[in-house]
Amino acid sequence: MEILMAFTIGILFMSATYLMLSKSLLRIIIGTGLLSHGAHLLLLTMAGLKRGAPPLLGEEAASYADPLPQALILTAIVISFGVTSFFLVLAYRAYQELGTDNMDRLRGTEGND
Amino acid sequence: MTNLILLPILVPLLAGIILIFFTKNIHLQRWLSGISSLATVVVSAFVLLKVRQDGIQTLALSSWEAPFGITLVSDMLSALLVFMASIISFACLIYSFRSIGEQRERFYYYSIFQFLLVGVNGAFTTGDIFNLFVFFEVMLMSSYVLLVLGGTKIQLRESIKYILVNIISSALFVVAVGYLYSIVGTLNMAHISQRVSEINQPGIITVIAVLFLIVFGLKGAIFPLFFWLPGSYNAPPAPVMAIFGALLTKVGIYSIMRTFTLLFPHDTGYTHQILSVMAILTIITGAIGAIAYWDIKKIIIYNIIVAVGVIAFGISVMSYDSLAGSVFYLIHDMNIKAALFLLVGIMIKITGTSNLRKISGLIAHYPGLGWTYFLAALTVAGIPPLSGFIGKVILVRSGFEEGHYWGAAIVLMSSLLVLFSVMKIFINGFWGEPKDYPEGKKVPVNQLMIAPVLLVIFAIFYGLGIEAVQPYISQAAETLSNPDIYINAVLKE
Repeated sequence: MEILMAFTIGILFMSATYLMLSKSLLRIIIGTGLLSHGAHLLLLTMAGLKRGAPPLLGEEAASYADPLPQALILTAIVISFGVTSFFLVLAYRAYQELGTDNMDRLRGTEGND
Repeated sequence: MTNLILLPILVPLLAGIILIFFTKNIHLQRWLSGISSLATVVVSAFVLLKVRQDGIQTLALSSWEAPFGITLVSDMLSALLVFMASIISFACLIYSFRSIGEQRERFYYYSIFQFLLVGVNGAFTTGDIFNLFVFFEVMLMSSYVLLVLGGTKIQLRESIKYILVNIISSALFVVAVGYLYSIVGTLNMAHISQRVSEINQPGIITVIAVLFLIVFGLKGAIFPLFFWLPGSYNAPPAPVMAIFGALLTKVGIYSIMRTFTLLFPHDTGYTHQILSVMAILTIITGAIGAIAYWDIKKIIIYNIIVAVGVIAFGISVMSYDSLAGSVFYLIHDMNIKAALFLLVGIMIKITGTSNLRKISGLIAHYPGLGWTYFLAALTVAGIPPLSGFIGKVILVRSGFEEGHYWGAAIVLMSSLLVLFSVMKIFINGFWGEPKDYPEGKKVPVNQLMIAPVLLVIFAIFYGLGIEAVQPYISQAAETLSNPDIYINAVLKE
């Protein structure tokens, strides 16, 4: 199971890298979304995918899934959610103000005091 | 009081929350943020004295003992850096009162400023690797907002690049923590260190160490990973630039120091060799940038990169003396870079340009500014009675003793180029024929001068009072060079 997950995560990272190297800003933001998906799945996988009950004491099972990585992922998800929403609004504002979403045209020193 | 080490995080956090409610009342904003910043300086000074007296302070949050809960650890290095961060942010805050402008002040500027301090102080104090990630994000989120606040074209453009680089490095941080957790099964730094030494640092741990080096190198601007810094730091207004230059890259450097002395000190032949090569190349490229530009902001920005390289070289040598030299230099550099950025900000305010070719003869009308800048420039180059000297001397001497001849020689030569680059600003900007600037003959700068003068006075005392500072530094270096002290303090065996 871990091998399969490793390949999936690898493909996610590959697509994220490809998208982030492109010219359009929206494709770059989609790339960051895929990158954080990959990172979160990797956290889950690296902690082990052994069989066990969900981490609820009411289940009274013999063994449970590791609760720690789930808490870590939950934290990382909300953080990347906050950053992504900020980034999207920034991209919108930059489109209004600069009139382009082409990263090649976001350079030079005009407006630099 | 056991919760003392939490206060440098808690005071700015509460202040930041309270400030959200009174955004339209600028005077109240200024008073509240000023008072809370001063309070942070006072409580961090108390933490410093407490650590000096009683050794490493640890605090298990919610009484969950290490390694099961989050532990906050304040050893001497953390306490010193928290103290410096508080002083610098106080100076930048009083500078902001006069320079940042009402538009920005009405838009949660002071609140976000306090949250930035929360992130920095938290990152210096935490003893848990994932909690370090969270505090990094607190710091970075605030820095995104501070960078883009105001919304001019250059700020928007540079924020996009800065955010993208930091999202990637944060994802790499999560990946690195995931790998490390799968090997050692714990997140507490002391416990990780113990387990890594139990399994005697196999190859996979060295790979993770290099991954952490890449992550923190991206945050701290080390040689192949500093490409984002010159553009991003060029965009925001002067006090924001000062707080970025003084604190943000230094958090990355602190993390490298912590991970490579505490978590991965067993295979130094490989990891520290890489760090040493990267540090030397950082110094060289930074020095090239510093002498190449005729833009006063760019010159100081490339000086940050040189200093980061010098500190990283001290870490890579990894002896007691070189670590002490690095700590000396780190504290000196935070202080003086903030002062230089604030002074450069005043020059830009007077002349309306950052192009050195368009500036000359400032000393005729602004002698105070000129001589303060001159002192700051001598300090940053490391002229003997001032504060940059002693750190570099210890560093270079230990470099020669441990056989790193090339690195130590390059550190020495970089001082010359740094001196040349900052003196270029002094000679071309302050001497020569006075020019007419669009702002008029005389701009009132006295109130703006308070903050940089305070920082330069601090630098002079730090240089002259080495005898008084030295015991603090050697206590910090002792913990760094002997991780067992840290582990025993946290795990209490």
